[in-house]
Amino acid sequence: MPEFTLRIRRYNPETGAAPYWDRYTVDLEPHRSVLEGILQVKDRFDSSIGVRCSCRAAICGSCGMTINGKAGLACHTHLSEAMSRSKDGTIEIQPLGNMPVIKDLIVDMDAVHWKKVNRVTPWLLSGDLPEREHIVPRESMVDVTQPMACIQCGSCVGDCLAMEVDPDFIGPAALAKAYRFVGDPRDVQHEQRLKDLADDPHGLYTCTHCFKCIEACPKGVAPMNQIMRLRRIAGQDHHIEDVNNGERHEEAFVVLLQKYGLLSEADVVPRSYGGNGLTGGKLSPKSGEQVFQSLPFLAKAVLRGKVKISQTLFPHKLDSESLAEVKKIYKDVKGREERLELNLYITGYDEDGDPTTSEAIPDNPNEKAGATA
Amino acid sequence: MTTRTVAYWPGCVSRGFTPELHGAMALVAPKLGLNLVQLDRGSCTGAGVLAEHNQELTDTLNGRTFALAQKVDQAEFMMNICSTCQGAQSESQERLDANAEYRHTVNHTLAQFGLSYDKGIVNKNFLWVLVEDIGLDVLKSLVVKPLTDLKVGPFYGCYIVRPVDRLGIDEDNPRDTYLPKVIEALGGTVIDYAGSHKCCGFPIITMNKEASLKQAGTHLTDGQNAGADALVTPCPLCHLNLDMQQPVAKKAVGNFDLDMPVLHLPQLVGLALGFSAKELGLNKHVVRPTKLIDWTETVVASVPA
Ligand code: SF4
Ligand code: SF4
Ligand code: FES
Repeated sequence: MPEFTLRIRRYNPETGAAPYWDRYTVDLEPHRSVLEGILQVKDRFDSSIGVRCSCRAAICGSCGMTINGKAGLACHTHLSEAMSRSKDGTIEIQPLGNMPVIKDLIVDMDAVHWKKVNRVTPWLLSGDLPEREHIVPRESMVDVTQPMACIQCGSCVGDCLAMEVDPDFIGPAALAKAYRFVGDPRDVQHEQRLKDLADDPHGLYTCTHCFKCIEACPKGVAPMNQIMRLRRIAGQDHHIEDVNNGERHEEAFVVLLQKYGLLSEADVVPRSYGGNGLTGGKLSPKSGEQVFQSLPFLAKAVLRGKVKISQTLFPHKLDSESLAEVKKIYKDVKGREERLELNLYITGYDEDGDPTTSEAIPDNPNEKAGATA
Repeated sequence: MTTRTVAYWPGCVSRGFTPELHGAMALVAPKLGLNLVQLDRGSCTGAGVLAEHNQELTDTLNGRTFALAQKVDQAEFMMNICSTCQGAQSESQERLDANAEYRHTVNHTLAQFGLSYDKGIVNKNFLWVLVEDIGLDVLKSLVVKPLTDLKVGPFYGCYIVRPVDRLGIDEDNPRDTYLPKVIEALGGTVIDYAGSHKCCGFPIITMNKEASLKQAGTHLTDGQNAGADALVTPCPLCHLNLDMQQPVAKKAVGNFDLDMPVLHLPQLVGLALGFSAKELGLNKHVVRPTKLIDWTETVVASVPA
């Protein structure tokens, strides 16, 4: 039977002793789970290791932990898969990050994860009940099945990079839960829910778009994608201005891209703080304050020839023909009655849609790009 | 050496805030056998922010750039020099390639400009091209000034390491492990530290400045503590937060000794291929790589202990 070496982080805050690592070797087939490895260790060597588990089948959500640097379910991670991420030939097992340790691999989910989930009012606010039943379009319920697949394992929270530097950040699991109700047509408090999140400086706009929660989630919830949908709905459908200037930043970006076809970073900063009106941006007091704050490094950047002062006034720009095309695309797409979105979680991939089997750019592609206006 | 024609997407930042990146790439390309045909007519990839606003808009703009790339005569593939461009374009490509109906809608918009996107474009970051197409052995053979004793910490940028499926990261192409291989091929020493695959903080610099600067400051400090002389990144947006913001980032984490040069990937390659620090625009950085470079000789040397 193949052998695997597990390195388990041990810590018991009650004893006051510092955390340490224990190393054990187990005999198991490579397709067996890391959880089975831990349970064998408990059985054979040390029953005092603290670990939480129940279903052993990726259903209950209790065995979230960090395995070779990545959060996930121990019962849902093969030993072989864990080994493929190993740097030193061992499987390194730690508790989830961003939460206080209770003992060894057990973290305090109440103190962090559940507290945050509770902040988003995780139940349906349905207003006046209909006489019989709610009738909702099938698609909109299919749409919320993605956040509904969450089993509250906390893996996404453990790996969240924004929470690592801002512990108050509401985080991926809670925001995915928020979308579960904002996307539900039966809920009547969409706008209020979004306002609450936009008014919290550690809410909707603190996510850094790092994809960590997407990778960590064992259930395909893709919390980051739900966060982006919340932002889309808050900004465009409800025109909610948030305390982080997130909506303004996004709008600034969108407006500048439409205007120039290329992004000018020097222009995004003042606009993010000052709004996007014709006289907004560079002139508003708030943006002045921000530019002032950035002066030390901006001045250095100018000195080093990195940024030209003129850049903030005359950003680089596409040729006029291309720019006209960009503007036409904006006009056509934004003119639609409804935003067109493709959620691959729901639609899946076309049968022959595997992009990895694709061809390189064909040698003579000019022939087939024939369509005309 | 094989010469490859590539449809080259430089991105906006490399022509705006970090012109030295674009310059360095143009300099090293011929040495590496890359014939860059620049996609001058392409538009900004949206950097994730536009997709947050409107997916179809983003995918149509990126589909337009793909279609332009597919028109480049003899191009083997499309190449970019920005992790964020790679991520944003790969996201659009994933949707466009996955669903014929959706692709048709986008192509319908593009048809008015005589353009059409054919599914399956190959679009690679320069880092991937170095390892998968040029090859580490060839790269090694081109080195004229090995980066001996230079201790370099890799910094990838989120968009080029996650999500793994979308980016084609698997056992055959472990693209999230390429930076150390390139550093070694150039003769340098790899520094392993906590932040290599984390977020630089740039996406929230205007929204949660404190958290953003803490991210940058923490990774730079971790690199410093692990003994790095410099960091290298394939992402100009990471460069903005790690280099340009470093004077404020170091205050955010209370590490006032922080003085960590951050190199763009083509600059690191360029140094080993024999270009001078000045040619590669290293003098344009906010944190000057003075401790790495003897400006008279342009020999890379480590700092004496
Ligand atoms: S994408 Fe956002 S929510 Fe998800 S892990 Fe990163 S910072 Fe956290
Ligand atoms: S979103 Fe995924 S990773 Fe996060 S708690 Fe739910 S199931 Fe776990
Ligand atoms: S033990 Fe239930 S999810 Fe792992």
